[in-house]
Amino acid sequence: MKLVQTIILKKQPRIIGSYTIVGPKEGNGNFGPYFDYVMKDDCFGEETYEKAERKMLESAVTGVIEKAKLSVKDIDIMIAGDLLNQIVSSSYAARAFQFPFLGVYGACSTMAESVAVGSVLIDGGYFDNVVCCTGSHFSTAERQYRFPLELGNQRPPTSQWTVTGAGSCILSLKGEGPRVTMVTFGKVIDWGINDVNNMGAAMAPAVRDTMLRHFKNTKTSPNDYDLIVTGDLGKLGSEILIDLMEDEGITLGVNYCDCGQMYFKRDQKTLCGASGAGCCATVFNSYLMAKMREGQYKKILFLPTGALLSATSTQQGDTIPSVCHAIVIEM
Amino acid sequence: MEDKKRNEAYNKYVSAKIPKTRPWPTLFNSFWVGGVICLIGQGVNDLLLLIFPSLSEQSAWAYTLIVLIFIASFLTGIGVYDQIGKFAGGGSIVPITGFSNSITSPSIEFKSEGIVYGICVKMFTIAGPVIVFGVVSSMVVGLIYWIISLF
Repeated sequence: MKLVQTIILKKQPRIIGSYTIVGPKEGNGNFGPYFDYVMKDDCFGEETYEKAERKMLESAVTGVIEKAKLSVKDIDIMIAGDLLNQIVSSSYAARAFQFPFLGVYGACSTMAESVAVGSVLIDGGYFDNVVCCTGSHFSTAERQYRFPLELGNQRPPTSQWTVTGAGSCILSLKGEGPRVTMVTFGKVIDWGINDVNNMGAAMAPAVRDTMLRHFKNTKTSPNDYDLIVTGDLGKLGSEILIDLMEDEGITLGVNYCDCGQMYFKRDQKTLCGASGAGCCATVFNSYLMAKMREGQYKKILFLPTGALLSATSTQQGDTIPSVCHAIVIEM
Repeated sequence: MEDKKRNEAYNKYVSAKIPKTRPWPTLFNSFWVGGVICLIGQGVNDLLLLIFPSLSEQSAWAYTLIVLIFIASFLTGIGVYDQIGKFAGGGSIVPITGFSNSITSPSIEFKSEGIVYGICVKMFTIAGPVIVFGVVSSMVVGLIYWIISLF
């Protein structure tokens, strides 16, 4: 059924397997024990960080196919994205495989975007097994958006730490696993924030918009979900979101959390928390999937957000537009 | 129009909410680390004059700068200077060691793009403005000095 922005899936594709690979710092974070593979160093045996990011995405795809007990031949299409210019990491990772590739970009919301697109493709009856993959790398993102790693500058208190990690999952109608039941595609929202070191504040209005639309369309409220998880608003951004939703008469209570805020331990000095496409991708495909399979959570609303800026747009003084896509996962 | 008002209100709300940097501890760390760097510079200078008594004061200054630049560049290479910078902020950015760090760090970072397009092109991405303003302001000062000397 199609409502404005929202699709209620009839066939409800299942997430039959998920896989995560992260860097050492992430492995020491709060979700450490849930990741499938923790790299020994950020280079992953490659010469450059860009090559390492590629290899991460590639390994995530190979890993998830293996984990779902499928073979490469069973995959119909791969939907992937990352943060680098021209989403090179995903395209180069897809080069290693013999299935079609759809590149998607939604900055840090890419995981939800790929799962949403994949579920709709399966629901339409066109594909059987879709692999969705998203990742980011701290060192490649820093170099593209900010400063060289060895530069001795200080990070402002609102800044967040890009996660080195990739997460992947396989959507299918056959097999066991949590179901994707609803999808709400978000609009691009810009409330005039132009501080690149304050992504949380730039992205919170996008979550507000998608969340309001989703609740309205599906006639649900926060209490209908065991968990409402936003992507990487971070400490400040999630506080802002709670305020924004309160203004709309919706209270986000104990069942609300944010991947970015929870990701790292306090002594890991990441200021406002984690960010990056790999942030919610690795939490979603490790911790959240594990807890759903265990039965701890039955119904999750997952809303990753992406700040759709580039280094050039920032330098030209533009404000930061953001997008947020919502997916509902039920066990 | 309504959007503009909403954005202004939102920006105001956000700037009231963002965590602020604590000025006193930050300034204190910046001050003492910057001071230590200057002390090291003075020490090197005095040592040079002691070892080479025939050295003119001006040459000693030049050699001191070279020594400081080398130390900072070396510390950047082994990944120590960015740690100092995280702690000291302006204290380690303002002295010439910070300038050295701002040239060495992109050189290391962009080594992967090759010597010409990587190291040579990107070397001055951060230090470039400092050099431009340095050259331009010295030209202006020189011009003023020349005009005054005419009278």
